[in-house]
Amino acid sequence: MMKLLARNRHAVQRIGYSFITLMAVVTVLPIVGTVLFILFKGGSAISWEFLTSFPHDGMRAGGILPAIIGTLYLTIGTAIFSVPLGIAAAIYLSEYAKDTPLTRTIRLAIINLAGIPSVVYGLFGLGLFVLFLQFGTSILAASLTLSIMTLPVIISTAEEALRSVPQQFRTVSISLGATRWQTIQRIVLKEALPGILTGVILGLERAAGETAPILFTGAAFFLPRLPQSPFDATMALPYHLFVISTQVPEMPIQIQYGTALVLLVFVLTMNIIATVIRSRARAKRQW
Amino acid sequence: MTDKIIIDNLSLQYADGAESLRGISMGIRQNAVTVLFGPAGGGKSTLLRCLNRLNDLTDIKTSSGRILIDGKNILDPKTDVIALRRKVGMVFARPVPLPMSIRENITYGMELAGEKRRSKLDEAVERSLKLAAIWDEVKDRLNDPAIALSGGQQQRVCLARVLALQPEIILLDEPTSGLDPISTGKVEFALLELKKLYTIILVPHSVQQAARTADHAAFFLQGELIEYDEGKKMFTTPKEKKTEDYIMGRFG
Repeated sequence: MMKLLARNRHAVQRIGYSFITLMAVVTVLPIVGTVLFILFKGGSAISWEFLTSFPHDGMRAGGILPAIIGTLYLTIGTAIFSVPLGIAAAIYLSEYAKDTPLTRTIRLAIINLAGIPSVVYGLFGLGLFVLFLQFGTSILAASLTLSIMTLPVIISTAEEALRSVPQQFRTVSISLGATRWQTIQRIVLKEALPGILTGVILGLERAAGETAPILFTGAAFFLPRLPQSPFDATMALPYHLFVISTQVPEMPIQIQYGTALVLLVFVLTMNIIATVIRSRARAKRQW
Repeated sequence: MTDKIIIDNLSLQYADGAESLRGISMGIRQNAVTVLFGPAGGGKSTLLRCLNRLNDLTDIKTSSGRILIDGKNILDPKTDVIALRRKVGMVFARPVPLPMSIRENITYGMELAGEKRRSKLDEAVERSLKLAAIWDEVKDRLNDPAIALSGGQQQRVCLARVLALQPEIILLDEPTSGLDPISTGKVEFALLELKKLYTIILVPHSVQQAARTADHAAFFLQGELIEYDEGKKMFTTPKEKKTEDYIMGRFG
């Protein structure tokens, strides 16, 4: 009887283990599948001309240059606003804020900000930046909208990175006659930088791939020239993809997939950069 | 010999109810090793952290009394704590090399104090590493990360880092608790030399170390100063029953 039970236990163990392994593999499949599928379908569309020329024939031919440049502008614009603000907020929360009702409220707000659907950000941006502040449908308004959406990601990852710097470094630094701010500048930020950068890149990557927040705030259906100032509207990869997939009849399918591929590569490149930064910093870390 | 530090009726309580101090009064001699010993939670570390105002980083519920260094009350809110911490250096229980090279660890405090001249910095690196009895072991690899050193070497670099600021008082909070006997011996040896130049306050990691190093010794129990005397007398003929019990290993 005991023997049988023991054997059963082993069997249960093996089944459980196999099941968990299977689930882990299953989660990877959609990612690998998507990438391969898009690569297969869109690879043939990629050419120098596709990357460096304007669309023509009602976007059914030509390239996607303005969308690439637009996404680049939006990403940079988002970085300009969200990175300093996000890091400053993270420093405040990690290094200065005591556990008071005010800080608890701030944290709660950040968590909730992360949960808001992106289309709501879009409407908010339309109301505040486009209409009330009269920035118009522009790179500026879209970047600000994307910044608000990106902030929670940057703040929470940066705060996490700052907190992971050992407390003793701060104590020692202060015991050697450093002020709190000198300690943050010279030790804490320096050590947390790779973690912060990772968070920043992941946040910006999300911003680069979003459609809904720029839909009402800065994205244009088609523009015959590149944007000249932050107050111009712009084409952008995710919105362009949406447009050519749903709004243009008789669209050649490989252009759609080619566009998707470019967006995917853009986002994955950022992801890889983040991963490299993180692993190189881990290897060099002195604690 | 004069009292470098006078502690006058010092009481303190942390907000989390941990260690506290109750009505401590004592004078601490210049150019001597004063040892604060007793069981854990007795208030030794708390007292050390009052002397360089490192307790400012902690949540304190109540505090009262005065600490006079060279006649000035350092607990006064107007005290320049940055200058105080340069004058009163501290070595911690576990060596904490900052994440930089050996050299940078030594010059860190000086650079914060505004010293930029390379010659001055180099001079201080050599002088303080020699004082901490570690120069010969690290002189050829000053640009290596400090974390690459052994625990005992790290702790002497941490000591040198404090010495580079040319303090007047050095606080040592169980500086050898993580070290092997040989490294411990080296640190204790360094202390013998250092007391000629500095006022040293040491929380030892054992009664034996207290007996080996103390010019003066203070026995702390549950936040109170039980007995304070010359080291020789304290460890041979203690006056208080509690002190004797502790030294003889009957409790603690």
